[in-house]
Amino acid sequence: MHEWALAEAVIVAARQEAKKQNIKQITKVQVKIGELQQIDLDVFKFALENIQKIYDDLPLDENIIDLEVESNILKCKVCGKEWELQDLTHLKEDESEAIHFIPETAHAFMRCPGCGTPDFEIVKGRGVWIQSIEGVL
Amino acid sequence: MDPRLSVIDRRLEKIENIIAVSGGKGGIGKSIVAAASALILAKNGHRVGLLDLDFCGPCAHVILGTDKLYPEEEKGIIPPKVNGISFMSIISFTAGCPWALRGSEVSNAITELLAITQWGMLDYLFVDMPPGLGDPALDAIRLIKRMKYLLIATPSKVTLDVMKKELQVLEELNMRIIGILENMKRKENESLSSKLDGLKVSFLGSLDYDPHLEEAIGNVPELLKTGFARQLHEAVEKFI
Repeated sequence: MHEWALAEAVIVAARQEAKKQNIKQITKVQVKIGELQQIDLDVFKFALENIQKIYDDLPLDENIIDLEVESNILKCKVCGKEWELQDLTHLKEDESEAIHFIPETAHAFMRCPGCGTPDFEIVKGRGVWIQSIEGVL
Repeated sequence: MDPRLSVIDRRLEKIENIIAVSGGKGGIGKSIVAAASALILAKNGHRVGLLDLDFCGPCAHVILGTDKLYPEEEKGIIPPKVNGISFMSIISFTAGCPWALRGSEVSNAITELLAITQWGMLDYLFVDMPPGLGDPALDAIRLIKRMKYLLIATPSKVTLDVMKKELQVLEELNMRIIGILENMKRKENESLSSKLDGLKVSFLGSLDYDPHLEEAIGNVPELLKTGFARQLHEAVEKFI
């Protein structure tokens, strides 16, 4: 369950930021999840629920974590073509799983559909990111 | 905010010693020194890990003679064991394909790997560093805060010059330097130590050029029997 490690990162980062900002109670954490990483949202929510129980000094209810899946955009550095990887199912299982663990491994398995180069960038929809934290001071 | 940065220290907290094997130039033997040092310490009963951080030219797996590496998934990923070493390399994910990508994406991949890898308890983690002082090296300095540096240099003026520049940067950044190890020494009466005047770092010794080493690459039992490994064993005893 690799989602556990990323869920733990969200909980720990939110708590650290809340302490830094003197937030006594966190009321909302907006988390973006990049489509490329193919996070299993049920597994991720289960991990959030269980990890937050470990930290009782600054309780963080999983219900206040707002998860939003961000669609992906890739852009070629050579010809400038932008594209969205809409369907990862055409990849082999191990390729898809590699991208799940480390989205940048897409460079090993994909090429720009315009010019064929591996020299592209992941503009959007890469992985887990905390967009904002709200709370009561 | 990147949440991954908040857990990297936790992933590394049960590791006693983190040793970066570096030296600036490519081809000076960083990977073989990192891999063989890890093997020597593992054989002596220590809990050892090896992280190949040269993402664009990984080769520690070639030295260890393996390309089938599947990490186990457990609250992250657990490095597979190879010859008693917990070994993590990007080749576990790239399926033998070449991996061409730019610095910012290498940074993201390094951050991801460090955030999700559960090393557990180790006495030593050797980090096989990429050449140069670009994004990967700076990311390693930024993210793996307890690293101590073992610098490799050959008798070549070129590698020595590059190594000194890396040393200067590491000293500016207050990184801990274990010392300098000479690799591929060819002339018996000419040591690199004589060329290190003015540097405030330990000289750990010399490893002779071993013409039989190449034949042992990929064969761990044979590798550990080489003259290179015997000399490295003596050097390792000095810095652990």
